[in-house]
Amino acid sequence: MFILAEMKHVTRIPPELFHLKLNEAIAGELNKKLANKVVLNVGLCIALYDITNLQESFIIPGDGASHTQVTFRYIVFKPFIEEILMGKIRSCSQEGVHISLGFFDDIIIPPTALQHPSRFDETEQAWIWEYDTGDGSKHDLFMDAGETIRFRVTGEIFQETCPAGPSLAETTENSENKIPYMLYGSINEPGLGLLSWWDN
Amino acid sequence: MEIVNANVATLCNYEVMTHLQKMKDTRKKQTGQLATITYETIRYLEGTPCQTYTSNNVIECLKALEQFNITKNEKLMIINIPPTTALEIQLIVEESEERLTEQHVEEILKICAKYLNVTPKNNDDVEEG
Repeated sequence: MFILAEMKHVTRIPPELFHLKLNEAIAGELNKKLANKVVLNVGLCIALYDITNLQESFIIPGDGASHTQVTFRYIVFKPFIEEILMGKIRSCSQEGVHISLGFFDDIIIPPTALQHPSRFDETEQAWIWEYDTGDGSKHDLFMDAGETIRFRVTGEIFQETCPAGPSLAETTENSENKIPYMLYGSINEPGLGLLSWWDN
Repeated sequence: MEIVNANVATLCNYEVMTHLQKMKDTRKKQTGQLATITYETIRYLEGTPCQTYTSNNVIECLKALEQFNITKNEKLMIINIPPTTALEIQLIVEESEERLTEQHVEEILKICAKYLNVTPKNNDDVEEG
């Protein structure tokens, strides 16, 4: 579920950081810039892994800071499609089951990817798998918030969340609710779903 | 900023956990977003089986898994979420019925139990659930 991404960046080290070692200062600046951010089509950045290349630093007229081109590798959260992950149910809604991994919350299992047949209970606010016991009767299996769930990643969607230009001023409210990185999951296979469903 | 290669290598949960813990121990006080994300990620990873691994165990386990006809990603999933039942192997390994014999499945479960500190559960009625 974690990968390394190699990136190149010109890092600006302000003069107040000149007392630090260059490596440390750069690592600090890169982490400040990227940690806990989603990079489009790369994934959710976690932390700097290592610096692979440092080029000469240079100074730009009128700026006391030094600028260094640096190549580095960053730990990124990006599960591959078809990967099996474990998470906790955050909530259930008509749109499906929302799952959290603690550090990443934008995972949803749409109703069509739940075990079949499932229904949504409005009063309990939970999805229920109507498990067929084999003798004609049904057994309701609830998917309550907080339960540990195993699911398969089936899709991912990245969205550009840059602020809209002034001409689109009316639509700026929408851009604030945009989710930069969304994962879709499924549990419609034997073995997937709440862990308690499958240990006999 | 320029992305040179969006996927240089894949890391297993154990590698990420040790790296983050090392960072937490050696660096001075972390601040802002970095502190949040490392705290949350470590907390998630500490809830997974990889908390009990040692790097030797993982290497030995991968060596033991080499004899089977399974892909790199499938091995990664075995390390990250070590299977304890035949059903879980079915989930991880695509078309496992054709690619692995029952004996192979048994052996994989044994390898996981040996190196990854999980206790296999013996439920033979896989289809029942």
